[in-house]
Amino acid sequence: MSQVLDTPSPAPAVPYDEHADHDDPAALAARYGLTVSGARPTLPAYVRQLWARRHFITAFATAKLTAQYSQAKLGQVWQVATPLLNAAVYYFIFGVLMGTSRGVPDYVPFLVTGVFVWTFTQSSIMAGTRAISGSLGLVRALHFPRAALPVSYALQQLQQLLFSMAALVVILLCFGVPVGVSWLLAVPTLALQFVFNAGVAMIVARLGARTPDIAQLMPFLLRTWMYVSGVMWSIDRVLSGHPDMPRVVLLALQCNPAAVYIDLMRFALIDSFRAGQLPHHVWALAVGWALLAGVGGFIYFWKAEETYGRG
Amino acid sequence: MAEQSTVAEQSAVADQSAVTDGAARRIPTVVADRVDIVYRVNGTGVGRGSATAALNRILRGRKAEQAAGVRKVHAVRSVSFTAYRGEAIGLIGTNGSGKSTLLKAVAGLLPVEHGRIYTDGQPSLLGVNAALMNDLTGERNVYLGGLAMGMSREQVRERYQEIVDFSGINEKGDFITLPMRTYSSGMAARLRFSIAAAKDHDVLMIDEALATGDRSFQKRSEARIRELRKSAGTVFLVSHNNKSIRDTCDRVLWLERGELRLDGPTEEVLKEYEKFTGGGGKG
Repeated sequence: MSQVLDTPSPAPAVPYDEHADHDDPAALAARYGLTVSGARPTLPAYVRQLWARRHFITAFATAKLTAQYSQAKLGQVWQVATPLLNAAVYYFIFGVLMGTSRGVPDYVPFLVTGVFVWTFTQSSIMAGTRAISGSLGLVRALHFPRAALPVSYALQQLQQLLFSMAALVVILLCFGVPVGVSWLLAVPTLALQFVFNAGVAMIVARLGARTPDIAQLMPFLLRTWMYVSGVMWSIDRVLSGHPDMPRVVLLALQCNPAAVYIDLMRFALIDSFRAGQLPHHVWALAVGWALLAGVGGFIYFWKAEETYGRG
Repeated sequence: MAEQSTVAEQSAVADQSAVTDGAARRIPTVVADRVDIVYRVNGTGVGRGSATAALNRILRGRKAEQAAGVRKVHAVRSVSFTAYRGEAIGLIGTNGSGKSTLLKAVAGLLPVEHGRIYTDGQPSLLGVNAALMNDLTGERNVYLGGLAMGMSREQVRERYQEIVDFSGINEKGDFITLPMRTYSSGMAARLRFSIAAAKDHDVLMIDEALATGDRSFQKRSEARIRELRKSAGTVFLVSHNNKSIRDTCDRVLWLERGELRLDGPTEEVLKEYEKFTGGGGKG
Protein backbone atom coordinates (compact mmCIF):
# COMPACT_ATOMS: atom_id res chain seq x y z
CA MET A 1 0.00 0.00 0.00
CA SER A 2 1.34 3.36 -0.90
CA GLN A 3 1.56 5.89 1.86
CA VAL A 4 1.88 8.81 -0.50
CA LEU A 5 -0.47 11.36 0.86
CA ASP A 6 -1.79 14.52 -0.64
CA THR A 7 -0.18 17.64 0.56
CA PRO A 8 -2.56 18.96 3.16
CA SER A 9 -4.79 21.64 1.80
CA PRO A 10 -3.69 25.05 3.01
CA ALA A 11 -6.71 25.31 5.29
CA PRO A 12 -5.42 26.69 8.55
CA ALA A 13 -5.93 24.75 11.73
CA VAL A 14 -9.21 25.56 13.35
CA PRO A 15 -8.67 26.73 16.88
CA TYR A 16 -11.08 24.86 19.05
CA ASP A 17 -11.16 27.32 21.86
CA GLU A 18 -10.90 30.59 20.05
CA HIS A 19 -13.89 32.10 21.74
CA ALA A 20 -12.61 31.32 25.21
CA ASP A 21 -9.81 33.81 25.48
CA HIS A 22 -9.16 36.33 22.82
CA ASP A 23 -5.98 37.66 24.35
CA ASP A 24 -2.63 36.21 23.39
CA PRO A 25 -1.37 32.89 24.79
CA ALA A 26 1.34 34.45 26.90
CA ALA A 27 -1.18 36.57 28.79
CA LEU A 28 -3.50 33.58 29.19
CA ALA A 29 -0.63 31.52 30.57
CA ALA A 30 0.39 34.28 32.92
CA ARG A 31 -3.15 34.69 34.22
CA TYR A 32 -3.35 31.05 35.26
CA GLY A 33 0.20 30.89 36.57
CA LEU A 34 1.52 28.55 33.87
CA THR A 35 5.27 28.39 33.45
CA VAL A 36 7.35 27.95 30.31
CA SER A 37 7.96 24.26 29.71
CA GLY A 38 11.59 23.23 29.53
CA ALA A 39 12.90 26.56 30.77
CA ARG A 40 16.09 26.52 32.78
CA PRO A 41 15.43 26.77 36.52
CA THR A 42 17.29 29.30 38.64
CA LEU A 43 20.56 28.12 40.16
CA PRO A 44 19.18 27.66 43.71
CA ALA A 45 16.11 25.84 42.35
CA TYR A 46 18.40 23.64 40.29
CA VAL A 47 20.46 22.74 43.35
CA ARG A 48 17.26 21.84 45.21
CA GLN A 49 16.02 19.68 42.31
CA LEU A 50 19.34 17.90 42.16
CA TRP A 51 19.31 17.29 45.90
CA ALA A 52 15.77 15.90 45.65
CA ARG A 53 17.08 13.39 43.10
CA ARG A 54 20.00 12.19 45.24
CA HIS A 55 18.46 8.73 45.65
CA PHE A 56 18.17 8.40 41.90
CA ILE A 57 21.80 9.47 41.51
CA THR A 58 23.08 6.81 43.91
CA ALA A 59 20.71 4.11 42.62
CA PHE A 60 21.71 4.83 39.03
CA ALA A 61 25.43 4.69 39.87
CA THR A 62 25.10 1.41 41.78
CA ALA A 63 22.92 -0.09 39.07
CA LYS A 64 25.48 0.79 36.38
CA LEU A 65 28.26 -0.67 38.49
CA THR A 66 26.42 -3.93 39.15
CA ALA A 67 25.23 -4.29 35.58
CA GLN A 68 28.82 -3.98 34.36
CA TYR A 69 29.93 -7.50 35.28
CA SER A 70 26.56 -9.20 35.67
CA GLN A 71 27.08 -11.39 32.60
CA ALA A 72 30.58 -12.55 33.61
CA LYS A 73 30.97 -15.94 35.25
CA LEU A 74 33.12 -14.51 38.03
CA GLY A 75 30.65 -11.69 38.48
CA GLN A 76 31.57 -8.98 40.95
CA VAL A 77 35.06 -10.52 41.53
CA TRP A 78 36.07 -8.49 38.48
CA GLN A 79 35.53 -5.29 40.45
CA VAL A 80 38.73 -6.15 42.35
CA ALA A 81 40.45 -8.28 39.70
CA THR A 82 40.42 -5.60 36.98
CA PRO A 83 42.39 -2.97 38.94
CA LEU A 84 44.82 -5.65 40.16
CA LEU A 85 45.53 -6.79 36.60
CA ASN A 86 45.99 -3.17 35.56
CA ALA A 87 48.53 -2.67 38.29
CA ALA A 88 50.36 -5.84 37.26
CA VAL A 89 50.68 -4.64 33.67
CA TYR A 90 52.04 -1.24 34.70
CA TYR A 91 54.48 -2.91 37.10
CA PHE A 92 55.75 -5.18 34.33
CA ILE A 93 56.31 -2.31 31.91
CA PHE A 94 57.53 0.52 34.14
CA GLY A 95 58.99 -1.40 37.03
CA VAL A 96 60.65 -4.35 35.30
CA LEU A 97 61.23 -3.37 31.66
CA MET A 98 61.95 0.35 31.91
CA GLY A 99 63.35 0.51 35.38
CA THR A 100 61.51 3.65 36.44
CA SER A 101 61.56 2.17 39.91
CA ARG A 102 65.23 3.02 40.57
CA GLY A 103 65.53 5.26 43.56
CA VAL A 104 61.84 5.10 44.49
CA PRO A 105 61.34 3.24 47.77
CA ASP A 106 58.28 0.95 47.95
CA TYR A 107 57.91 1.18 44.17
CA VAL A 108 55.00 -1.26 43.84
CA PRO A 109 52.76 0.50 46.41
CA PHE A 110 53.86 3.83 44.89
CA LEU A 111 52.89 2.72 41.39
CA VAL A 112 49.65 0.98 42.28
CA THR A 113 48.39 3.92 44.34
CA GLY A 114 49.19 6.23 41.45
CA VAL A 115 47.45 4.02 38.90
CA PHE A 116 44.28 3.61 40.97
CA VAL A 117 43.94 7.27 41.88
CA TRP A 118 44.64 8.33 38.31
CA THR A 119 42.16 5.79 36.92
CA PHE A 120 39.47 7.36 39.10
CA THR A 121 39.95 10.76 37.48
CA GLN A 122 40.46 9.33 34.01
CA SER A 123 37.36 7.16 33.93
CA SER A 124 35.19 9.85 35.54
CA ILE A 125 36.12 12.22 32.73
CA MET A 126 35.68 9.57 30.04
CA ALA A 127 32.26 8.64 31.41
CA GLY A 128 31.44 12.34 31.69
CA THR A 129 31.97 12.99 27.98
CA ARG A 130 29.29 10.43 27.21
CA ALA A 131 27.05 11.22 30.17
CA ILE A 132 24.54 13.18 28.10
CA SER A 133 25.26 12.04 24.55
CA GLY A 134 25.20 8.38 25.61
CA SER A 135 21.98 8.67 27.62
CA LEU A 136 19.87 10.55 25.11
CA GLY A 137 17.06 8.05 25.50
CA LEU A 138 16.87 8.82 29.19
CA VAL A 139 17.20 12.56 28.66
CA ARG A 140 14.40 12.56 26.09
CA ALA A 141 12.04 10.39 28.11
CA LEU A 142 12.21 11.61 31.68
CA HIS A 143 12.43 14.90 33.43
CA PHE A 144 15.20 15.38 35.97
CA PRO A 145 18.07 17.83 36.46
CA ARG A 146 20.57 16.67 33.86
CA ALA A 147 23.52 17.23 36.19
CA ALA A 148 22.34 14.02 37.86
CA LEU A 149 23.92 12.09 34.99
CA PRO A 150 27.57 13.27 35.12
CA VAL A 151 27.46 13.26 38.92
CA SER A 152 26.09 9.76 38.87
CA TYR A 153 28.81 8.56 36.52
CA ALA A 154 31.48 10.12 38.74
CA LEU A 155 29.88 8.43 41.74
CA GLN A 156 29.99 5.09 39.93
CA GLN A 157 33.73 5.58 39.46
CA LEU A 158 34.09 6.44 43.14
CA GLN A 159 32.39 3.16 44.06
CA GLN A 160 34.68 1.40 41.63
CA LEU A 161 37.66 3.07 43.29
CA LEU A 162 36.55 1.86 46.72
CA PHE A 163 36.82 -1.71 45.41
CA SER A 164 40.27 -0.86 44.07
CA MET A 165 41.25 0.60 47.45
CA ALA A 166 40.35 -2.71 49.09
CA ALA A 167 42.75 -4.40 46.66
CA LEU A 168 45.30 -1.68 47.35
CA VAL A 169 45.20 -2.32 51.11
CA VAL A 170 46.00 -5.97 50.46
CA ILE A 171 48.93 -4.99 48.21
CA LEU A 172 50.24 -2.48 50.77
CA LEU A 173 50.17 -5.08 53.55
CA CYS A 174 51.84 -7.68 51.31
CA PHE A 175 54.70 -5.27 50.63
CA GLY A 176 55.13 -4.54 54.31
CA VAL A 177 53.82 -0.98 54.41
CA PRO A 178 52.73 -0.41 58.02
CA VAL A 179 49.20 0.64 58.89
CA GLY A 180 49.25 4.21 60.21
CA VAL A 181 46.99 6.99 61.46
CA SER A 182 47.83 8.87 58.29
CA TRP A 183 45.67 6.38 56.36
CA LEU A 184 42.69 8.41 57.56
CA LEU A 185 43.88 11.25 55.31
CA ALA A 186 42.76 9.09 52.39
CA VAL A 187 39.14 10.01 53.19
CA PRO A 188 39.35 13.81 52.72
CA THR A 189 41.64 13.26 49.75
CA LEU A 190 39.07 11.04 48.04
CA ALA A 191 36.25 13.45 48.88
CA LEU A 192 38.11 16.37 47.32
CA GLN A 193 39.11 14.33 44.31
CA PHE A 194 35.51 13.24 43.83
CA VAL A 195 34.30 16.86 43.80
CA PHE A 196 37.05 17.73 41.31
CA ASN A 197 36.18 14.77 39.08
CA ALA A 198 32.46 15.44 39.16
CA GLY A 199 33.11 19.06 38.22
CA VAL A 200 35.31 18.16 35.26
CA ALA A 201 32.80 15.47 34.26
CA MET A 202 30.08 18.15 34.11
CA ILE A 203 32.25 20.38 31.94
CA VAL A 204 33.05 17.63 29.44
CA ALA A 205 29.43 16.42 29.58
CA ARG A 206 28.27 19.78 28.25
CA LEU A 207 31.02 19.80 25.60
CA GLY A 208 30.24 16.20 24.65
CA ALA A 209 26.52 16.88 24.43
CA ARG A 210 27.09 19.60 21.83
CA THR A 211 30.04 17.97 20.04
CA PRO A 212 30.11 14.19 20.52
CA ASP A 213 33.51 14.13 18.79
CA ILE A 214 35.06 15.13 22.13
CA ALA A 215 34.72 11.49 23.17
CA GLN A 216 37.11 10.50 20.37
CA LEU A 217 39.65 13.13 21.31
CA MET A 218 39.55 12.66 25.06
CA PRO A 219 41.62 9.45 25.35
CA PHE A 220 44.63 11.24 23.81
CA LEU A 221 44.32 14.25 26.07
CA LEU A 222 43.95 11.98 29.09
CA ARG A 223 46.95 9.88 28.17
CA THR A 224 49.11 12.99 27.84
CA TRP A 225 47.82 14.21 31.15
CA MET A 226 48.64 10.86 32.74
CA TYR A 227 52.27 10.92 31.61
CA VAL A 228 52.89 14.37 33.10
CA SER A 229 51.10 13.54 36.34
CA GLY A 230 53.77 11.30 37.81
CA VAL A 231 51.64 8.20 37.88
CA MET A 232 54.57 5.85 37.18
CA TRP A 233 57.47 8.09 38.14
CA SER A 234 58.26 10.38 41.01
CA ILE A 235 57.99 14.04 39.97
CA ASP A 236 60.10 15.00 42.96
CA ARG A 237 62.95 12.65 42.04
CA VAL A 238 63.04 13.51 38.36
CA LEU A 239 63.04 17.22 39.17
CA SER A 240 65.91 16.93 41.60
CA GLY A 241 67.87 15.29 38.74
CA HIS A 242 67.29 18.37 36.56
CA PRO A 243 68.07 21.45 38.64
CA ASP A 244 68.12 23.59 35.49
CA MET A 245 64.39 22.96 34.83
CA PRO A 246 62.52 26.27 34.25
CA ARG A 247 60.49 27.36 37.25
CA VAL A 248 57.24 27.54 35.27
CA VAL A 249 57.48 23.89 34.26
CA LEU A 250 58.24 22.90 37.82
CA LEU A 251 55.28 24.88 39.13
CA ALA A 252 52.95 23.49 36.47
CA LEU A 253 53.99 19.92 37.23
CA GLN A 254 53.44 20.40 40.94
CA CYS A 255 50.11 22.25 40.71
CA ASN A 256 48.63 19.74 38.29
CA PRO A 257 45.45 18.59 40.10
CA ALA A 258 45.94 14.93 39.21
CA ALA A 259 49.47 15.00 40.62
CA VAL A 260 48.23 16.77 43.76
CA TYR A 261 45.62 14.10 44.52
CA ILE A 262 47.95 11.24 43.65
CA ASP A 263 50.73 12.56 45.87
CA LEU A 264 48.32 13.24 48.73
CA MET A 265 47.09 9.67 48.55
CA ARG A 266 50.67 8.34 48.50
CA PHE A 267 51.52 10.55 51.45
CA ALA A 268 48.48 9.20 53.31
CA LEU A 269 49.12 5.53 52.65
CA ILE A 270 52.86 4.96 52.19
CA ASP A 271 55.14 5.73 55.14
CA SER A 272 58.28 6.11 53.02
CA PHE A 273 56.58 8.90 51.02
CA ARG A 274 57.53 11.92 53.11
CA ALA A 275 55.85 15.29 53.46
CA GLY A 276 58.93 16.87 51.88
CA GLN A 277 58.01 15.26 48.57
CA LEU A 278 54.67 17.10 48.50
CA PRO A 279 54.41 20.47 46.77
CA HIS A 280 54.00 23.53 48.99
CA HIS A 281 50.46 24.35 50.19
CA VAL A 282 49.29 20.97 48.98
CA TRP A 283 45.98 20.97 50.87
CA ALA A 284 45.17 24.48 49.67
CA LEU A 285 45.80 23.26 46.13
CA ALA A 286 43.62 20.20 46.64
CA VAL A 287 40.71 22.22 48.07
CA GLY A 288 41.15 24.96 45.50
CA TRP A 289 41.04 22.63 42.54
CA ALA A 290 38.01 20.82 43.96
CA LEU A 291 36.11 24.09 44.49
CA LEU A 292 37.13 25.56 41.16
CA ALA A 293 36.15 22.47 39.15
CA GLY A 294 33.13 21.57 41.29
CA VAL A 295 31.44 24.97 41.45
CA GLY A 296 32.64 26.15 38.06
CA GLY A 297 31.68 22.88 36.36
CA PHE A 298 28.26 22.89 37.96
CA ILE A 299 27.47 26.43 36.85
CA TYR A 300 28.87 25.81 33.38
CA PHE A 301 26.71 22.69 33.03
CA TRP A 302 23.60 24.41 34.38
CA LYS A 303 23.95 27.25 31.85
CA ALA A 304 23.00 24.87 29.04
CA GLU A 305 20.46 22.80 30.99
CA GLU A 306 17.56 23.48 28.61
CA THR A 307 19.50 22.48 25.50
CA TYR A 308 20.39 18.91 26.44
CA GLY A 309 18.53 16.37 24.36
CA ARG A 310 18.36 18.35 21.16
CA GLY A 311 19.18 16.86 17.79
CA MET B 1 -12.65 23.84 2.57
CA ALA B 2 -16.37 24.14 2.97
CA GLU B 3 -16.44 21.03 5.12
CA GLN B 4 -13.72 22.24 7.38
CA SER B 5 -15.37 25.51 8.07
CA THR B 6 -18.50 23.53 8.96
CA VAL B 7 -16.41 21.56 11.42
CA ALA B 8 -15.16 24.81 12.84
CA GLU B 9 -18.64 26.14 13.31
CA GLN B 10 -19.85 22.93 14.88
CA SER B 11 -16.97 22.73 17.27
CA ALA B 12 -17.41 26.35 18.21
CA VAL B 13 -21.08 25.70 18.89
CA ALA B 14 -20.34 22.54 20.86
CA ASP B 15 -17.76 24.44 22.80
CA GLN B 16 -20.04 27.32 23.58
CA SER B 17 -22.68 25.01 24.99
CA ALA B 18 -20.08 23.19 27.05
CA VAL B 19 -19.06 26.46 28.59
CA THR B 20 -22.58 27.58 29.37
CA ASP B 21 -23.44 24.15 30.78
CA GLY B 22 -20.28 23.80 32.73
CA ALA B 23 -20.67 27.28 34.20
CA ALA B 24 -17.28 26.85 35.90
CA ARG B 25 -14.51 28.66 34.07
CA ARG B 26 -12.16 26.34 32.23
CA ILE B 27 -8.65 26.31 33.55
CA PRO B 28 -5.86 25.93 30.98
CA THR B 29 -3.10 23.44 31.81
CA VAL B 30 -1.07 23.51 28.60
CA VAL B 31 -0.78 26.47 26.23
CA ALA B 32 1.22 26.00 23.05
CA ASP B 33 1.96 29.24 21.23
CA ARG B 34 3.12 28.87 17.62
CA VAL B 35 5.56 26.07 18.41
CA ASP B 36 8.27 25.12 15.94
CA ILE B 37 10.56 22.17 16.54
CA VAL B 38 13.61 21.50 14.41
CA TYR B 39 15.93 18.51 14.60
CA ARG B 40 19.52 18.90 13.40
CA VAL B 41 21.11 15.77 12.04
CA ASN B 42 24.90 15.51 11.69
CA GLY B 43 26.73 13.41 9.18
CA THR B 44 24.22 13.40 6.37
CA GLY B 45 26.64 15.09 4.02
CA VAL B 46 27.34 12.98 0.96
CA GLY B 47 30.34 12.79 -1.28
CA ARG B 48 32.60 15.78 -1.58
CA GLY B 49 34.87 16.58 1.31
CA SER B 50 32.66 15.66 4.23
CA ALA B 51 35.65 15.63 6.61
CA THR B 52 36.78 19.13 5.74
CA ALA B 53 33.17 20.19 5.77
CA ALA B 54 32.83 18.86 9.28
CA LEU B 55 35.93 20.74 10.38
CA ASN B 56 34.55 23.84 8.77
CA ARG B 57 31.33 23.34 10.67
CA ILE B 58 33.07 23.03 14.01
CA LEU B 59 35.23 26.08 13.41
CA ARG B 60 32.60 28.35 11.94
CA GLY B 61 29.55 27.17 13.85
CA ARG B 62 25.97 27.63 12.73
CA LYS B 63 26.66 29.60 9.58
CA ALA B 64 28.43 26.74 7.88
CA GLU B 65 25.80 24.18 8.81
CA GLN B 66 23.93 24.22 5.55
CA ALA B 67 27.08 23.90 3.54
CA ALA B 68 28.47 21.14 5.70
CA GLY B 69 25.73 18.58 5.44
CA VAL B 70 23.84 19.25 8.63
CA ARG B 71 20.25 18.60 7.74
CA LYS B 72 17.42 20.32 9.47
CA VAL B 73 14.25 18.37 9.94
CA HIS B 74 11.34 20.66 10.62
CA ALA B 75 9.26 18.27 12.70
CA VAL B 76 6.58 20.61 14.06
CA ARG B 77 5.48 23.82 12.37
CA SER B 78 3.72 26.64 14.14
CA VAL B 79 1.33 24.57 16.22
CA SER B 80 -0.90 26.40 18.70
CA PHE B 81 -3.49 24.95 21.06
CA THR B 82 -4.77 25.29 24.58
CA ALA B 83 -5.58 22.27 26.71
CA TYR B 84 -7.84 22.56 29.73
CA ARG B 85 -8.11 20.71 33.01
CA GLY B 86 -10.17 17.55 32.77
CA GLU B 87 -9.70 17.10 29.03
CA ALA B 88 -8.44 13.95 27.38
CA ILE B 89 -6.86 14.89 24.09
CA GLY B 90 -5.93 12.46 21.35
CA LEU B 91 -3.11 13.14 18.91
CA ILE B 92 -3.48 11.54 15.51
CA GLY B 93 -1.63 11.72 12.23
CA THR B 94 0.26 9.45 9.89
CA ASN B 95 3.72 8.15 10.82
CA GLY B 96 6.31 10.90 11.12
CA SER B 97 3.78 13.68 11.40
CA GLY B 98 5.33 15.04 14.60
CA LYS B 99 2.99 13.68 17.27
CA SER B 100 5.61 12.24 19.61
CA THR B 101 7.91 15.18 19.03
CA LEU B 102 5.18 17.58 20.06
CA LEU B 103 4.50 15.61 23.23
CA LYS B 104 8.18 15.61 24.14
CA ALA B 105 8.31 19.35 23.71
CA VAL B 106 5.26 19.77 25.96
CA ALA B 107 7.06 17.63 28.54
CA GLY B 108 10.02 20.01 28.30
CA LEU B 109 12.27 17.26 26.99
CA LEU B 110 12.91 18.77 23.57
CA PRO B 111 13.76 22.44 23.13
CA VAL B 112 11.54 24.43 20.79
CA GLU B 113 13.02 26.44 17.95
CA HIS B 114 10.41 29.22 18.00
CA GLY B 115 7.32 29.83 20.07
CA ARG B 116 6.58 28.90 23.64
CA ILE B 117 4.88 26.15 25.57
CA TYR B 118 3.38 27.07 28.93
CA THR B 119 2.41 24.33 31.34
CA ASP B 120 0.87 23.91 34.75
CA GLY B 121 3.41 21.98 36.81
CA GLN B 122 5.59 19.39 35.15
CA PRO B 123 3.92 17.32 32.44
CA SER B 124 5.31 13.81 32.22
CA LEU B 125 5.48 11.18 29.54
CA LEU B 126 4.22 7.77 30.53
CA GLY B 127 7.25 5.55 30.11
CA VAL B 128 10.43 4.64 31.94
CA ASN B 129 11.95 2.27 29.40
CA ALA B 130 15.10 4.30 29.03
CA ALA B 131 15.90 4.23 32.75
CA LEU B 132 15.67 0.47 33.12
CA MET B 133 18.64 -1.87 32.73
CA ASN B 134 18.29 -5.32 31.25
CA ASP B 135 21.09 -6.77 33.34
CA LEU B 136 19.39 -5.96 36.62
CA THR B 137 16.64 -7.91 38.32
CA GLY B 138 13.03 -6.86 37.94
CA GLU B 139 13.03 -5.86 41.59
CA ARG B 140 15.92 -3.43 41.26
CA ASN B 141 14.39 -2.06 38.08
CA VAL B 142 11.18 -1.24 39.94
CA TYR B 143 13.24 0.87 42.34
CA LEU B 144 15.40 2.41 39.64
CA GLY B 145 12.41 3.27 37.46
CA GLY B 146 10.45 4.73 40.36
CA LEU B 147 13.37 6.90 41.44
CA ALA B 148 13.97 8.00 37.86
CA MET B 149 10.37 9.23 37.68
CA GLY B 150 11.00 11.32 40.76
CA MET B 151 9.43 9.14 43.45
CA SER B 152 11.14 8.87 46.81
CA ARG B 153 12.51 5.57 48.12
CA GLU B 154 9.61 5.34 50.59
CA GLN B 155 7.02 5.91 47.87
CA VAL B 156 8.54 3.13 45.78
CA ARG B 157 8.63 0.81 48.78
CA GLU B 158 4.96 1.50 49.49
CA ARG B 159 3.93 0.85 45.91
CA TYR B 160 6.35 -2.02 45.29
CA GLN B 161 3.93 -4.89 45.93
CA GLU B 162 1.20 -3.11 43.98
CA ILE B 163 3.51 -2.71 40.97
CA VAL B 164 4.61 -6.35 41.00
CA ASP B 165 1.06 -7.63 41.43
CA PHE B 166 -0.23 -5.39 38.65
CA SER B 167 2.46 -6.55 36.24
CA GLY B 168 1.60 -10.17 36.97
CA ILE B 169 5.29 -11.07 36.62
CA ASN B 170 5.15 -13.39 39.60
CA GLU B 171 2.07 -15.28 38.40
CA LYS B 172 4.24 -17.97 36.84
CA GLY B 173 6.91 -18.19 39.53
CA ASP B 174 9.41 -15.92 41.20
CA PHE B 175 10.54 -13.99 38.14
CA ILE B 176 10.91 -10.59 39.73
CA THR B 177 14.27 -11.61 41.21
CA LEU B 178 15.64 -12.62 37.79
CA PRO B 179 17.45 -10.19 35.47
CA MET B 180 15.14 -8.45 33.04
CA ARG B 181 17.06 -9.81 30.04
CA THR B 182 15.59 -13.24 30.87
CA TYR B 183 12.01 -11.96 30.49
CA SER B 184 9.97 -12.54 27.38
CA SER B 185 9.27 -9.32 25.50
CA GLY B 186 5.67 -9.38 26.68
CA MET B 187 6.66 -9.77 30.32
CA ALA B 188 9.19 -6.95 30.07
CA ALA B 189 6.62 -4.68 28.46
CA ARG B 190 4.16 -5.45 31.26
CA LEU B 191 6.68 -4.63 33.95
CA ARG B 192 7.64 -1.41 32.20
CA PHE B 193 4.04 -0.29 31.95
CA SER B 194 3.38 -1.20 35.58
CA ILE B 195 6.32 0.86 36.79
CA ALA B 196 5.40 3.81 34.58
CA ALA B 197 1.75 3.78 35.64
CA ALA B 198 2.59 3.71 39.36
CA LYS B 199 2.93 7.46 39.62
CA ASP B 200 0.16 10.05 39.53
CA HIS B 201 0.65 13.01 37.21
CA ASP B 202 -0.82 16.48 36.74
CA VAL B 203 -0.50 16.39 33.00
CA LEU B 204 -0.03 12.90 31.66
CA MET B 205 1.09 12.00 28.16
CA ILE B 206 0.74 8.50 26.82
CA ASP B 207 2.49 7.45 23.65
CA GLU B 208 0.90 4.31 22.24
CA ALA B 209 1.24 2.57 25.57
CA LEU B 210 -2.07 0.77 25.37
CA ALA B 211 -1.03 -2.07 23.14
CA THR B 212 1.28 -4.05 25.43
CA GLY B 213 0.98 -7.57 26.74
CA ASP B 214 -1.76 -10.11 26.29
CA ARG B 215 -5.51 -9.46 26.20
CA SER B 216 -6.09 -9.65 29.95
CA PHE B 217 -3.19 -7.30 30.64
CA GLN B 218 -4.44 -4.86 28.02
CA LYS B 219 -7.77 -4.70 29.80
CA ARG B 220 -6.05 -4.08 33.12
CA SER B 221 -3.89 -1.35 31.64
CA GLU B 222 -6.83 0.37 29.99
CA ALA B 223 -8.57 0.42 33.36
CA ARG B 224 -5.43 1.84 34.96
CA ILE B 225 -5.22 4.56 32.32
CA ARG B 226 -8.83 5.54 33.05
CA GLU B 227 -7.87 5.77 36.73
CA LEU B 228 -4.85 7.89 35.89
CA ARG B 229 -7.09 10.07 33.77
CA LYS B 230 -9.30 10.77 36.73
CA SER B 231 -6.43 11.76 39.00
CA ALA B 232 -4.53 13.63 36.27
CA GLY B 233 -5.55 17.11 35.25
CA THR B 234 -5.13 16.59 31.52
CA VAL B 235 -4.31 13.53 29.44
CA PHE B 236 -2.70 13.41 26.00
CA LEU B 237 -2.84 10.15 24.09
CA VAL B 238 -0.89 9.36 20.93
CA SER B 239 -2.24 6.34 19.13
CA HIS B 240 -2.84 4.87 15.72
CA ASN B 241 -5.73 2.91 17.10
CA ASN B 242 -8.79 5.02 16.38
CA LYS B 243 -10.86 2.85 18.69
CA SER B 244 -8.76 3.59 21.74
CA ILE B 245 -8.85 7.29 20.82
CA ARG B 246 -12.65 7.12 20.63
CA ASP B 247 -12.82 5.30 23.97
CA THR B 248 -10.54 7.67 25.85
CA CYS B 249 -10.57 11.10 24.28
CA ASP B 250 -13.13 13.85 23.93
CA ARG B 251 -10.98 16.13 21.80
CA VAL B 252 -8.51 15.32 19.03
CA LEU B 253 -5.61 17.19 17.45
CA TRP B 254 -4.70 16.02 13.96
CA LEU B 255 -1.10 16.69 12.92
CA GLU B 256 0.09 16.22 9.38
CA ARG B 257 3.66 17.00 8.27
CA GLY B 258 4.17 18.89 11.48
CA GLU B 259 1.18 21.15 10.93
CA LEU B 260 -1.99 21.16 12.96
CA ARG B 261 -4.68 20.26 10.44
CA LEU B 262 -7.70 19.98 12.67
CA ASP B 263 -8.58 20.48 16.30
CA GLY B 264 -12.02 19.54 17.50
CA PRO B 265 -14.36 16.97 19.03
CA THR B 266 -13.22 13.37 18.55
CA GLU B 267 -15.90 12.17 16.15
CA GLU B 268 -15.58 15.02 13.69
CA VAL B 269 -11.83 15.00 13.47
CA LEU B 270 -11.67 11.22 13.21
CA LYS B 271 -14.19 11.27 10.38
CA GLU B 272 -12.03 13.67 8.41
CA TYR B 273 -8.89 11.72 9.28
CA GLU B 274 -10.36 8.41 8.16
CA LYS B 275 -11.44 9.99 4.91
CA PHE B 276 -7.91 11.34 4.44
CA THR B 277 -6.04 8.11 5.15
CA GLY B 278 -8.57 5.98 3.28
CA GLY B 279 -8.34 8.20 0.20
CA GLY B 280 -4.55 8.32 0.38
CA GLY B 281 -4.38 4.55 0.57
CA LYS B 282 -6.41 4.01 -2.55
CA GLY B 283 -4.55 6.65 -4.50
